[in-house]
Amino acid sequence: MTVAGKRIKDERSFMQRWLPHPLLSVVLVLVWMLLLNSFTMGGLVMGMLLGIVIPIITSSFWPERPPIRAYGRAFAFMVLVARDVVVANIHVARLILFKPADQLRTRWVTVPLELTSPEAITVLAGTITMTPGTVSSDLSADGRSLLVHCLDAPDAEEAVLEMKTRYETRLKRIFP
Amino acid sequence: MNFLFEFVISSLIVLGGIFVLVGSIGLIKLPDLMTRLHAPTKATTLGLGGALGASMLYFLWGEGTLSIHEVLISVFLFLTAPVTAHFIAKAHLHLNRDTIRQELSPTGRDHGWSTFDTVPKEAAEAGKAIDQPRG
Repeated sequence: MTVAGKRIKDERSFMQRWLPHPLLSVVLVLVWMLLLNSFTMGGLVMGMLLGIVIPIITSSFWPERPPIRAYGRAFAFMVLVARDVVVANIHVARLILFKPADQLRTRWVTVPLELTSPEAITVLAGTITMTPGTVSSDLSADGRSLLVHCLDAPDAEEAVLEMKTRYETRLKRIFP
Repeated sequence: MNFLFEFVISSLIVLGGIFVLVGSIGLIKLPDLMTRLHAPTKATTLGLGGALGASMLYFLWGEGTLSIHEVLISVFLFLTAPVTAHFIAKAHLHLNRDTIRQELSPTGRDHGWSTFDTVPKEAAEAGKAIDQPRG
């Protein structure tokens, strides 16, 4: 590792250097095996190779491990989001079909964030985009509030409150 | 193949088709880019979900093999759809930066939105939450 042309000693441990994200490696092997849809020894070796190489190549973008504390809660959150995505689909489909375009109360709202870790904010922004009538569009320059576009929000404060209580409080328990 | 099996799978496909159609209608009907963005990010997800569910059921029921590809496709869709929508929204903000700045709601912070304002120095130093390793 070189900084400003000077060679400095790499202080990362063996694990950090060769297996920066053990969980990501496991997931990659699993995804590769599922993609093959059948179990072969060669496929497993290829999957393990990818599972080792990809985290090493991408680790400079993502130096830390994701600070997930509660995996059970994370799973419950995924189920909740999956349910909300179905509701969101029906809700947006109804708006598109039955509401005249000029009666939609589209607006920008600001969601102040209590989450601080980039991973948690990313998950929150993605969740907001997938769920009823909202698309997250930007982050404030200091990374502490989220710009969200609402397709049909009669009451801005209510929309913000719902996003915060429904998703952010849950994410706060998953990410410290 | 019995009737029930065919009925369940066909209704899933038809339902999925209806949602994809509604998403496309939304693209035509809605007035501007930001509202149009809502149609493909949502209505289409369930449409695809219906088709993938039908495919899984077909292989599970008809051929007795569990096909996992469909689950992976929906996982990839869930990962990529919000990112794509976010990039389109960002590009929209950049393209209309002179007109759209007044429309946006205020950040409620000392600094503006990151598309228009640079990261404040003191926040980058004090916060270290974004970009910097925690530790």
